[in-house]
Amino acid sequence: MAAPIKVFGPAMSTATARVLACLLESQLQFDLVPVDMSKGQHKKPEFLGIQPFGQVPAFQDEHISLFESRAICRYIVDKYTEKGKRGLLGMETLERASIEQWLEAESQSFNPPSSALVFQLAFAPRMKLKQDPNLIAQNEAKLSKVLDVYEQRLGDSRFLAGDEFTLADLSHLPNAQYLINATDRAALFTSRKNVNRWWEEISGRTSWKKVVEMQQTPLPSSSST
Amino acid sequence: MVVKVYGPARAACPQRVMACLLEKGIDFQIVSVDLDSGEQKKPDFLALQPFGQVPVVEEEEEGFRLFESRAIIRYYATKHADQGTDLLGSTLKEQALVNQWLEVEAHNYNEPLFAIVLQLLVFPSMGLPTDSAVVKSNEARLSQVLDVYDQHLAKNKYLAGQFFSLADLSHLPGTQHLVTTLGMSHLVKERQHVNAWWEDISSRPAWKKVLQLVPKPLE
Repeated sequence: MAAPIKVFGPAMSTATARVLACLLESQLQFDLVPVDMSKGQHKKPEFLGIQPFGQVPAFQDEHISLFESRAICRYIVDKYTEKGKRGLLGMETLERASIEQWLEAESQSFNPPSSALVFQLAFAPRMKLKQDPNLIAQNEAKLSKVLDVYEQRLGDSRFLAGDEFTLADLSHLPNAQYLINATDRAALFTSRKNVNRWWEEISGRTSWKKVVEMQQTPLPSSSST
Repeated sequence: MVVKVYGPARAACPQRVMACLLEKGIDFQIVSVDLDSGEQKKPDFLALQPFGQVPVVEEEEEGFRLFESRAIIRYYATKHADQGTDLLGSTLKEQALVNQWLEVEAHNYNEPLFAIVLQLLVFPSMGLPTDSAVVKSNEARLSQVLDVYDQHLAKNKYLAGQFFSLADLSHLPGTQHLVTTLGMSHLVKERQHVNAWWEDISSRPAWKKVLQLVPKPLE
């Protein structure tokens, strides 16, 4: 019987990987439905029916059809985490506020420059597209400033929102994975002592290693844990 | 309990927070931050908000502080769910749709809009040139996004469904700029359902109050 949860998108897409990480952390079964972006499948009417902006990923379970990776992650945690269990969004409102704060910091401060660098340094060469050295320099400078703030924060706190691994940390995994392992800019992270410690810890989680494995699997397949 | 909101009332992100607090009937006090002189990058402010951005909110007696406007509005909408306007929806499904459209605003809407604001408002005020190619390409991006909105709002009164929520609220400051200071009101007016939605949400008393709180320029 097919798993009730479906994720639409290629595992190598950072936003899709964000959702996969959340599902695996939550120990949920799901089917990954491939979307061939090189053939423009994400802009075809069938896909636009579930994601009108033509972006990956999209998500469906028996109750809802959703898009936007960070909204999907919030839904997964709210719907499927056992009541009373400390989860990726904390146990109560105050704890959740701190997690939401750092999730927004990822979304607004970390994501724009890191996404630009992932595209320029990891994807553009593979797609035989010309790199833009100005854009690379600008975004590297921006990301450095952001990581300086993280360095300070992670000197005071084991994870971004506090003592526990949360959705705020998880959200950083996909972009950081590419920058550290698929470009020559790993030093942005590894040269910062606290950021490096945090990266080693969050990327060493079993669920993240599984996502990386899925990204490296050449054939699209339905996958469940 | 009075919530302190740090940030000039004229800035979009503090306005997002103020609109939410007004909808919820939560008292607040604006502590202005002088962005023109770079106050937000000085050590005193960085101690409150390490990225040097507005707003940050503070409840002194509680020892509570929070930054990122969309995190702040989620917090107050949740904490005071039973007070004032319901901005989150009453079911898990409704809440998920609110979050979905909040993310759309944060990424698909805000990014091209802010790129235009930088070129047409911020750079000139700093004596820097405007790149009209950047304005054009971001206007085109925003147009495409608004086409999707128009289709969606043809079937839904508000973004997350039949109720006004944080998702709609989050669009208020940026869209206000779009139709006034940026002179791009045609983007809204040309789209029947986007226009109807904008007329509705911008006429809410809470939003009118936010605009009244913006200091008028001195003669």
